[in-house]
Amino acid sequence: MKLPIFLDNHSTTPMDTRVLEAMLPYFVEKFGNAASRNHAFGWAAEEAVENARKQIAKLIKADAKEIVFTSGATESDNLAIKGVLEMYKEKGNHIITSSTEHRAVLDTAKSLEAKGLATVTYLPVDKYGMVTPEDIRNAITDKTVLISIMLANNEIGTINPVKEIGKIAKEKGILFHCDATQGVGKIPVDVQDMGIDLMSFTSHKIYGPKGVGALYVRKKNPRVRITAQLDGGGHERGMRSGTLPVPLIVGFGKACELCEQEMAADAARLTTMRDRLQAAIMAALEESYLNGHPTNRLPGNLNISFAYVEGESLLMGMKDIALSSGSACTSATLEPSYVLRALGVGTDLAHSSIRFGLGRFNTDEEIDYTIKKVIEVVTKLREMSPLYEMAKEGVDLKSVQWAAH
Amino acid sequence: MAYSDKVVDHFNNPRNMGSFKKDEDGVGTGMVGAPECGDVMKLQIKVQNDTIVDAKFKTFGCGSAIASSSLATEWLKGKTIEEAQKIKNTDIVQELNLPPVKIHCSVLAEDAIKAALADYQKKADVK
Repeated sequence: MKLPIFLDNHSTTPMDTRVLEAMLPYFVEKFGNAASRNHAFGWAAEEAVENARKQIAKLIKADAKEIVFTSGATESDNLAIKGVLEMYKEKGNHIITSSTEHRAVLDTAKSLEAKGLATVTYLPVDKYGMVTPEDIRNAITDKTVLISIMLANNEIGTINPVKEIGKIAKEKGILFHCDATQGVGKIPVDVQDMGIDLMSFTSHKIYGPKGVGALYVRKKNPRVRITAQLDGGGHERGMRSGTLPVPLIVGFGKACELCEQEMAADAARLTTMRDRLQAAIMAALEESYLNGHPTNRLPGNLNISFAYVEGESLLMGMKDIALSSGSACTSATLEPSYVLRALGVGTDLAHSSIRFGLGRFNTDEEIDYTIKKVIEVVTKLREMSPLYEMAKEGVDLKSVQWAAH
Repeated sequence: MAYSDKVVDHFNNPRNMGSFKKDEDGVGTGMVGAPECGDVMKLQIKVQNDTIVDAKFKTFGCGSAIASSSLATEWLKGKTIEEAQKIKNTDIVQELNLPPVKIHCSVLAEDAIKAALADYQKKADVK
């Protein structure tokens, strides 16, 4: 077993070597511009891009013509939301989204709000992090043009009732954008069945290269139109100008093909490993709390708060395991995770949270090591924690007058 | 974020981690911070003849907070009350090479020292 261990597969994933092999010919040998229509170099590139488009579309049960390549999920979210608001501004300017969306959605919505181009409803979520479809129905006004709800949350892995949301959107004639960055390739996604009109996802979360993503844009029932956010050569049917990064797209296509073939086996294996990790940790450590939905969540996701210890110190104690925390000290904003706060998790427990993200290449041996290490470090840090000492003495920490600083 | 070697050393080998009985003679206890803010420090001193003969800490917080309080106990030992009053958070920042976002950890450690000294003084005055 090699250290450090990578257990942060929600942030990114290592590339599958089969993906790299597929990409290699497209750097030097087949370097053409896919938009060059008049020579063999261009044709070879175009053929590769169209093949990848089919592989990607197949994974989400879409038509290849409905795939628009972007630089990643952040751009896809921006293009979907800004593109729809601009295109349908005669119809209305109201967006419905939720408080636990990724920043790429929330900040896009806020930026439109700040410019006076949209009004936004941020729906709360339940204690597991799920959006309630009825809340969406109740939030709809005659000005609503877009519902944007994520498929699965990046911190807690909770999966939203997307199909029901899609139904409501269809019934009301409102477009439904889904940020499926964490879900595609991990759980089955069917844009028809789920009633999704626009969907963002990206390559590097599914063992493909960084720097390429896609926006699914429905072509019929209804035909969705978006205003391009980049002016230029009119690539991607006018929706996203810019020369296509052929090697990245080929890799993205291959990554999707592998997911399509191996998703069921991967998911079963990851769920077993994840459940074992969860059971062993929670049995050994009192006052450890699961964040997110107990069952309805991504196969590789596990988010636990360890009372009385702070997340960043946990990460420091487990420096040979790559993990992430909802602690303020680990965030750029110095605020604890807004996702955990939205579930009603107290600030103290948000500071104490650790996210384990299992992926295709993790092994049972790595999970054994992680179980041992987590128990050891949490125990050690609790010994060091004045809060744990007080709790053991029977002091109710909530009743203490703390001096906030 | 990369930690300085000194922070890592204090984190891995905390000095004087533990507790004295609060009501023990000559013990001063300072507890500062709040769980909601992500750090709470408890710092205790044991004083004999105006000199700090022993010090202990327990900290809930990030690595820099743990290191700051561990260092503080090291520095306190052997100092007189008057000398201990002069420990500044900036000394801790310098010694541990704390980056700007971690300066509040050193401030908290200074506050903890001051609180422990005040508690000792208060108990001594009552007598």
